[in-house]
Amino acid sequence: MSHTFTLDGKVIPFTEGQTIIQAASAAGVFIPHLCYHPEFKAHGSCKLCTVKVNGRHTASCTMRAAPGMVVESETEEINAERRALTQMLFVEGNHFCPSCEKSGNCQLQATAYHLGMMSPHYDHFFPNRAVDASHPEVLLDFNRCILCSLCVRASRDVDGKNVFGLSGRGIKTHLIVNAKSGQLADTDFSLADKAAQVCPVGVILKKRRGFAVPIGERKYDQAPISQTADTTEGR
Amino acid sequence: MGCSREVIVGFNEMHAEAVAGVVDRVVNRYRRDPTCMLQILREVQEACDWIPPEAIDHLQATLGVPRTKIEGVAGFYSFIYTEPRGKYRVLFSDNITDRMQGNRALMERLCNSLWVERGKVSEDGLVSVGKTACTGLCDQGPGMLVNNYAIAGLSEQRIDEIAELIRNKVPMAEWPPAFFKIQDNIRRADILLNADFKPGEALLAARARAPSDGLNASNMRSWREGLPSGIGGPAATLDEIKRAGLRGRGGAGFTTGLKWEACRNAQLKPGHQRIVVCNADEGEPGTFKDRVLLSRCPDLVFEGMTVAAYAVGATRGFVYLRGEYRYLLDHLNAVLANRRRENLLGKDICGLPGADFDIEIHVGAGAYVCGEESALIESLEGKRGTPRNRPPFPVTNGYLDQPTIVNNVETFAAAALIALNGGEWYAAIGTKHSAGTKILSVSGDCERPGIYEYPFGVSIRQVLEDCGATDTQAVQVSGPSGICVAEDEFDRIIGFEDIPTAGAFTVFNKTRDMFEVARNYVHFFQHESCGFCTPCRVGTSLLKNLMDKLHYGSGSPYDFAEIEKLNNLLQSMSHCGLGHTACNPVLDTIAKFRPAYDKRMMQQDFTPAFNLDRALSAARQMTGRDDAAAHLENEHGGQS
Ligand SMILES: Cc1cc2nc3c(=O)[nH]c(=O)nc-3n(C[C@H](O)[C@H](O)[C@H](O)COP(=O)(O)O)c2cc1C
Ligand code: SF4
Ligand code: SF4
Ligand code: FES
Ligand code: FES
Repeated sequence: MSHTFTLDGKVIPFTEGQTIIQAASAAGVFIPHLCYHPEFKAHGSCKLCTVKVNGRHTASCTMRAAPGMVVESETEEINAERRALTQMLFVEGNHFCPSCEKSGNCQLQATAYHLGMMSPHYDHFFPNRAVDASHPEVLLDFNRCILCSLCVRASRDVDGKNVFGLSGRGIKTHLIVNAKSGQLADTDFSLADKAAQVCPVGVILKKRRGFAVPIGERKYDQAPISQTADTTEGR
Repeated sequence: MGCSREVIVGFNEMHAEAVAGVVDRVVNRYRRDPTCMLQILREVQEACDWIPPEAIDHLQATLGVPRTKIEGVAGFYSFIYTEPRGKYRVLFSDNITDRMQGNRALMERLCNSLWVERGKVSEDGLVSVGKTACTGLCDQGPGMLVNNYAIAGLSEQRIDEIAELIRNKVPMAEWPPAFFKIQDNIRRADILLNADFKPGEALLAARARAPSDGLNASNMRSWREGLPSGIGGPAATLDEIKRAGLRGRGGAGFTTGLKWEACRNAQLKPGHQRIVVCNADEGEPGTFKDRVLLSRCPDLVFEGMTVAAYAVGATRGFVYLRGEYRYLLDHLNAVLANRRRENLLGKDICGLPGADFDIEIHVGAGAYVCGEESALIESLEGKRGTPRNRPPFPVTNGYLDQPTIVNNVETFAAAALIALNGGEWYAAIGTKHSAGTKILSVSGDCERPGIYEYPFGVSIRQVLEDCGATDTQAVQVSGPSGICVAEDEFDRIIGFEDIPTAGAFTVFNKTRDMFEVARNYVHFFQHESCGFCTPCRVGTSLLKNLMDKLHYGSGSPYDFAEIEKLNNLLQSMSHCGLGHTACNPVLDTIAKFRPAYDKRMMQQDFTPAFNLDRALSAARQMTGRDDAAAHLENEHGGQS
């Protein structure tokens, strides 16, 4: 049975069990998101996808659509809040986009552009995070990890490997890999894994491939994220 | 993050086989059940002093769980260590009341005496000294935990004695028992704390309330299945709870009868059962009434849980006891064993066929967020204590996806009395909107700190008078996530219609700096954020940095606007109540104690938080210098 709700005044059809973001994207409406990926169970942690449902804030990637819901998304208030969240993610890690291999293909960067983020606003935390270059084919640059857990879900749910996990708590939350040594080389990770392809930012990077596509011609250089977000996410 | 685990020296050394032996023993006791991960880690640590990598190797093999999962769980909880922390692990309680009672100086004293740096492990690996959030000993502080056992009423003399015991490597079992004596300090008792309650009474009363016909038949299969709705013992019990107007005592004040009914009505999937959980996490700084309820009247609490099980048709129960109350565990288990002997737990309780219910105790490990009910359930399942996405709610999809009620300790104690004396009796106590009594944990600047049970409706002023507080500037009601009440509001009352509370009542006299109170609370939230969602994980750190900036004298009015903005963001975007309330202490104190902030506004224009002189302190420490020439300028403010 098909129902509808409204999103910024537009009527959106949905099927039983669909979340707001799923229904919206099926209807061609973009809602910013970072930890959501259409192929995985929603996590609900980054909060970028927050909308107002009947006046109350809620994450659209975890909230099921219901008939008659009145959803607001592209309002000045909500976008200002999303912008602040994006700024938080920037200062929490170490993001030096001009020297980042992911620049132009990065969802965090593209989302920041989409939201009109002009500066990081907050003081940088400059955390001290080591790079893991142990693996022959893949480099892990934890400086850019936004803790979206997509790699965790991909490795666990698709690859059946549990290569990645989150440890620590609060601001000390961090990504770990499945090895006593703590090194990726000592896990059963492979470049063919789904987990190698889902990182929305520049943490999980293929080695010996630098700037194959010049900056300026990359995915989000061609078209803004609001027009390209779909199942090619993370590529 | 790469942990260096090169040499594990001295006291933490244990052979791999010995570690494997410990792991086997513990894992077998928990039936090789990965949902008991946190309990397993806690017990392995009790034997090994930390979780060595070999233990994780062996857990991985015996539980069939990936290392990432084990390390993820271990890394979440403050009291689980994946690096050696010494044979003696000392944690000073660092609530604002501990500070007011001089915990910092005592900590210095112990560190100096043991030659150990704060937060570090001594070079010989014998001891570490750190701090921890409120340990629930506020009425008899300063408090500390040594290997998770609580010691209250610290003094210089006691610290020196402890240092001596540690230096001489005296096993904790041989420390003077007097050290571990925790007082109940009950100053005012009412229906709960005065209850002359005989175990089993409430259950018998609940059973007697059933219309004689339906009862036994209805309980043939389970407590709930097959019961025609509206009649029978369980339904009658639920009706009494509703009639009583009982609302949750854990803070949110949800109507207990509705919660129980929702759980009772939730569909049971095949193989599933209903679950009753007692929330004894009591992490809100300044709250210690659940500790006293559990030490003074555990039977009342367990009976309340059993009444709940009877009403909702549950067959399995848990108590989630905060790690700080580890010392209560053995006694509580003994009480449970006794109840089993008395046929008040187990199979066919009170001779009712099919009335099956038992309770097990899980002990937390230093994570305030695990008091949030869905995080608590995650933790009970042996996971990281991250609050769940809701809906669905625990009443339909709780512990291992089964219908679950989570209630506070005090809620269950009240439920037992309601089952015994009836809903009307209970509803007549308190006010129109707040039935019954509320137990307050009073601490801070007063002559008689301790436990006060009042009928709802008591004024702040009355409590202050009773506890001997004079010259009071403010009271923090319900802890940092509650509200800060100033003098002109002392006629307000405790009750859901005015000031709801989970129980904390922390008194500050006029000599106290309310800015530092708020700053202490902000540090607490920052430390306790689970880190799941962006706004709370990063926002609480930003807030902490702002408060530290003000503390160091670099604040400007601009920073107020920032705090306001952060508050809005945390309120609207956070995943759970922790994030929603994290700014409360700051907003309240800005609104009510503005001079405490103005005093710190050394700057009128925006000033960066970075301070070169402060940044040089590490260099000063390394070179052992603190003379004038080693400073760039005079610092504002004091120590951090
Ligand atoms: C961060 C956080 C911490 C909490 N800590 C506790 C706690 O320590 N004890 C408690 O009973 N409830 C706590 N709660 C409230 C619980 O989520 C839940 O509402 C309560 O246990 C329900 O029981 P009640 O209805 O009997 O009050 C906390 C909530 C949040 C958001
Ligand atoms: S990961 Fe994205 S946001 Fe971070 S540095 Fe790279 S391009 Fe910039
Ligand atoms: S490595 Fe990438 S995919 Fe994995 S949690 Fe970090 S940001 Fe997300
Ligand atoms: S996309 Fe919904 S919370 Fe991250
Ligand atoms: S981390 Fe707990 S509210 Fe966000």
